[in-house]
Amino acid sequence: MVTTLEIRNLHAQVAANGESILRGVNLTIKQGEVHALMGPNGSGKSTLANVLMGNPQYEITAGEVLLDGEDLLEMDTDERSRAGIFLAFQYPVSIPGVTLANFLRHAINARLKAEDPESKGMPIPKFVRMMREKMNSLGVDHSFAGRYLNEGFSGGEKKRAEVLQMAVLEPKIAIMDETDSGLDIDALRIVAEGIQKLTGPEMGALVITHYQRMLDYITPDFVHVMMHGQIVESGGAELALQLEEKGYDWLREKYGQPEQA
Amino acid sequence: MTDIDFVPSEKQLTDEESALKDVRSSYDETYGFHDDDVKYAYVSEKGLDEEKVRQISAMKNEPEWMTEIRVKAYHEFLERPTPQWGGDLNQLDFDSIYYYMRATDKTERDWDDVPPEIKDTFDKLGIPEAEQKYLQGVSAQYDSESVYHNLREDLASKGVLFLDMDSALREYPDIVKEYFGTIIPSNDNKFSALNTAVWSGGSFIYVPPGVHIEMPLQAYFRINTQNMGQFERTLIIVDKDAYVHYVEGCTAPTYSSDSLHSAVVEIIIKDGGRCRYTTIQNWSNNVYNLVTKRAVAEKNATMEWVDANLGSLLTMKYPAVILKGEGSHGEVLSIAFAGKGQHQDAGAKITHLAPNTTSQIISKSIGKDGGRGSYRGLLKVAEGADNIKSNVVCDALLLDDISRSDTYPTIEIDAQNVTMGHEASVSKIGEDQLFYLMSRGLSEDEANAMIVNGFLEPLVKELPMEYALELNRLIQIQLEGSIG
Ligand SMILES: Nc1ncnc2c1ncn2[C@@H]1O[C@H](COP(=O)(O)OP(=O)(O)OP(=O)(O)O)[C@@H](O)[C@H]1O
Ligand SMILES: [Mg+2]
Repeated sequence: MVTTLEIRNLHAQVAANGESILRGVNLTIKQGEVHALMGPNGSGKSTLANVLMGNPQYEITAGEVLLDGEDLLEMDTDERSRAGIFLAFQYPVSIPGVTLANFLRHAINARLKAEDPESKGMPIPKFVRMMREKMNSLGVDHSFAGRYLNEGFSGGEKKRAEVLQMAVLEPKIAIMDETDSGLDIDALRIVAEGIQKLTGPEMGALVITHYQRMLDYITPDFVHVMMHGQIVESGGAELALQLEEKGYDWLREKYGQPEQA
Repeated sequence: MTDIDFVPSEKQLTDEESALKDVRSSYDETYGFHDDDVKYAYVSEKGLDEEKVRQISAMKNEPEWMTEIRVKAYHEFLERPTPQWGGDLNQLDFDSIYYYMRATDKTERDWDDVPPEIKDTFDKLGIPEAEQKYLQGVSAQYDSESVYHNLREDLASKGVLFLDMDSALREYPDIVKEYFGTIIPSNDNKFSALNTAVWSGGSFIYVPPGVHIEMPLQAYFRINTQNMGQFERTLIIVDKDAYVHYVEGCTAPTYSSDSLHSAVVEIIIKDGGRCRYTTIQNWSNNVYNLVTKRAVAEKNATMEWVDANLGSLLTMKYPAVILKGEGSHGEVLSIAFAGKGQHQDAGAKITHLAPNTTSQIISKSIGKDGGRGSYRGLLKVAEGADNIKSNVVCDALLLDDISRSDTYPTIEIDAQNVTMGHEASVSKIGEDQLFYLMSRGLSEDEANAMIVNGFLEPLVKELPMEYALELNRLIQIQLEGSIG
């Protein structure tokens, strides 16, 4: 069965101050499809990503999100993850004292135990082999596994670590929030090629980016533009090229200021 | 409630409570309660008087000098008021405590001779497995006395002595007499006096000059009986250039009435020697854990205390190092977890008596459900002890708004050229950290546990592997155990 994530008329605000950010987002992502999400700074892309993952900083005020027909918004963050949603963060936080390997082993075992409460988790040798494989395919140095999660990582290292986690957890729908930013030219190629390998029939992707360069490696099936908390324009891969060339002004003119939610 | 394998069933508890009600104890009677069939050789009456102190000594066939030490200590105990600093000891009722009990009559030499019920308990604690892999010698304390003692021959052939304290007193009375009470005089404090009066069990270790024991020596302790006081007494002598790592792990099932654990640990490290003493304690929430631990480090010697305190109602423990010889080094690494209704008053005492000595204290405490963690530290530099370096780091992690952490550092410096650092921090688990971990599929409890384990990691990695795992598991249990 092809997993489908359906976002319908989603409205969300900042819990702390009631500021409304998402003002009616509609988007459907299927396993196997690559969607690029672009749009000016502050338009709500990261907010959408966080809301989909269940970040408690935001409150849903209207709309719904369905994962294969089930109410995603009813699920806790960890359930969403185990159901196959993944978010590669724009700004991953650091967790002192917790190694990347140990963290991932727990994450995998949490999945196995959710499927089968009797499960003893993945045997360590198997886990180690799997980690090595994934690190090799993403060009990640093996020493990474023993480092504390994001602690003292450079911007680019954090992004690689996010992609490594994605590779290990094998999500059905992956949201990547500016995973291309902060990477040097070689790293961009390696990481983008890695992501490209991960996409395919098994994974649907929402790739949030500002630049075409990432999309040179991962050709999107759809490109969407978010402005003022709404998706205002959708198209094929050519839309990204168009934006690269012309910027966002033509869209601002076309759609003007959004109606207040 | 989370499954802890070794917590007795509801039925066992009820059986035991009713058994206890029937106890009209006489020394000769044998009682079998808890863990179903373990037979206790002696159950003394609750409470203490001089006669009982003498009886304990007599039952152990101790030399006269030890009896006199005990009796003198008993009077010192009586004379000293209950300390009013630190934690609240005023609810501690000394008359409701059993001061002596032992599970079997003789100390077993061979694992095969250990009664099956006791083995079963050890099984549940994972000891036989640990034995195969890690143990060089086992001295397992079941209630007051060791029932099992085993020292590998290679150690014995090197002249290492590792036995329970009662046996040491019988077999090596001269060494015991030479050192007993020299590091911690009975009158050091009320609880060292009490321990000296009624001590039973504990470990005795002597490591000859130049001998390095590569694998940790281990002992397990357990309070098994309601109102059972444990007063073990440990003496470790590390001779010149020798090395030993001693590990004690304690777990206790939960009981409803108050229990007292009051140990004394004395360590002497001679020139160039090194000793590491690791403790993981997980007392049930009704135990008063009042322990006096002190080491003297001679020239170029190193003492390291690694101390993890979980559970108990109140823990008061401040491992001490006296840096007596030039070039010596002292370290105290401590972890405290204070849950609901618990007070962990833990810390360290370092006394720099000689020049060119160094010390380091790292304390990490965790507070949850209104638990209280206090760091109480004393750093003393005596006159003439010049060129000293000392560093103190205290970090607290609070899991909610009702838990509490304080630090009470005392510093007394009477010397020149002292470099010292003191850092203290209190932090809380960030919502963004929890969200991040949960976004990878960990439950909130697991995410909390992971952050806590990460916070403790710099100290946990100092523990032998199996203890690190056990500690992580215990912490997980503490974190989950708050429901209700
Ligand atoms: N937790 C928050 N508290 C306050 N304001 C917030 C919060 N989260 C988002 N916002 C505001 O919502 C708007 C959208 O932010 P968001 O991070 O979603 O933008 P973005 O499209 O990802 O931008 P960029 O391209 O710069 O990453 C911004 O004005 C931002 O300041
Ligand atoms: Mg963003």
